[in-house]
Amino acid sequence: MEDEKKGTRLSRRSFLKGIGGGAIGTAVISTGLVKSDSAEGYSPETSGAGGNRATITLKVNGKAYRVEVEHRSTLAEVLRDELGLTGTKIGCDRGECGACTVIINGHNMYACSQLAVWMQGKDILTVEGLAKGDKLDPLQEAFIEHDGPQCGFCTSGQIMSGKALLMKNPKPDEAQARRGLSGNLCRCGNYNREVAAVLAAAAKSS
Amino acid sequence: MKSFENIDVKSVREAVSLLQKFHQQKKSAAVVGGGSEYLQLMKDHVVEPDYLINLKSIPGLDYIKEERGGFRIGALAKLVEIEEHPAVREKLLILSSAAGEAASPQIRNAGTIAGNLCQRPFCWYFRSSNFTCLRKGGQVCYTVTGDGRFHAILGAGPSYIVHPSDTAPALVALGAQIKIAGPTGEKMIPLEKFFVLPSVDYKRENILNPAEIVTEIFVPTPKAGSKGFYHKVRERLAWDHAIVAVATIVESSGSVVRAARVVMGGVAPIPWRAAKAEEFLRGKRIDEATAKQAGEIALEGAKPLKDNVYKVKMAQDLIQRGLLASA
Repeated sequence: MEDEKKGTRLSRRSFLKGIGGGAIGTAVISTGLVKSDSAEGYSPETSGAGGNRATITLKVNGKAYRVEVEHRSTLAEVLRDELGLTGTKIGCDRGECGACTVIINGHNMYACSQLAVWMQGKDILTVEGLAKGDKLDPLQEAFIEHDGPQCGFCTSGQIMSGKALLMKNPKPDEAQARRGLSGNLCRCGNYNREVAAVLAAAAKSS
Repeated sequence: MKSFENIDVKSVREAVSLLQKFHQQKKSAAVVGGGSEYLQLMKDHVVEPDYLINLKSIPGLDYIKEERGGFRIGALAKLVEIEEHPAVREKLLILSSAAGEAASPQIRNAGTIAGNLCQRPFCWYFRSSNFTCLRKGGQVCYTVTGDGRFHAILGAGPSYIVHPSDTAPALVALGAQIKIAGPTGEKMIPLEKFFVLPSVDYKRENILNPAEIVTEIFVPTPKAGSKGFYHKVRERLAWDHAIVAVATIVESSGSVVRAARVVMGGVAPIPWRAAKAEEFLRGKRIDEATAKQAGEIALEGAKPLKDNVYKVKMAQDLIQRGLLASA
């Protein structure tokens, strides 16, 4: 994020935003419309439930964010749409695929299955919080060395599950690594390399 | 998801009185623990409460305490905490195993024991917004003419869901009790009486009334000389529901069975206790032949659908394996 703001590195997202063709322009406009709709407040659906918005403080990657959310907003939605932390992916949005995995108070969980309003006072770690400046986390390096990502969509979730495992058990054996990643689906079927990356990162941090 | 108001409650009493108030006002309200399962039903518009009562804000309801005679487990104890608790692992191994076999690491880190027992069915017709099935107020259980390969073979009709919990069969095998808080106070009942067959009421899976919540599970420590077994067959090695699960506890003196419990998951709308097989085993020595016969007795009366005949043999074999491992 920092790099993106300073413009020192071109991320895929800023590149996509930058090329701004007709299709992308349309997408931005329609997103704007959806947002203004939600600000009007879903009158047909509120069913008399008055207090369905809240201003909360989220602690993400050591930084506090003050943000207004709907009670129904999931942590994954707020990370991506409100805080711009798009490293956390939304795949199934049903707590099955693991693409949205983040670490909450030291435990990996599905960010699509937690409401943002439940997250006050918790320490949330996302994939953006792993690198120290320009220095990648050893697990991120191991994912690169071992070709962990193929299409890449599940990668940040795989890394966050691997990270949570290593935080709890710095020297997992292969079975433990497989089990640690078992809540993350990879449609490319690249499981062996993802497991190898976790084991390699564990071996490096001796 | 439809818009709703989340209410963080600070006590069981507050949760119960809110539930009672909303029920009297004819407003829809639901309680949520870990949220891993219930939020998905809300996203798919299967349930659309106006008020979501968050129990996670109740302090101290996530305990696991060993006392004389057994363990008290607070409703909010997480599956991972039950799996990894050293005394639970030592004395209630099948519960620890079942909690560890449930779902995925992310869900075990968020999911609670009460939530695991109260989760709604994972039948694809029930979960899909495209089907108004019997359990959702429709006329038909689509498994009968549709695809029922993972559905019930015992105790079913008119609905063919299977109870999805891993911990429920293990806890029923252990003779656990469940504490329920409601407007008139608390009650403790045997866990096996908690679940409701579709022939009794096909719109619910348990006896909880609108203003009642689960607050605690009590698990008696098995008698000395008991051995247990929990095994779950699924399509993948991890992160899947049971096609068939079997929990057994066998209390022997010498090599003779004094008492046995055989409970199946994934085969019936409730955790299914094979009472006749348990009776058959009393006073016997467990060998290949007795274990096989117990499995056959346990599946007597099974009525599989056209797509799940395989479950009968699978359950028989798994019971045989469980009993041999518990002997």
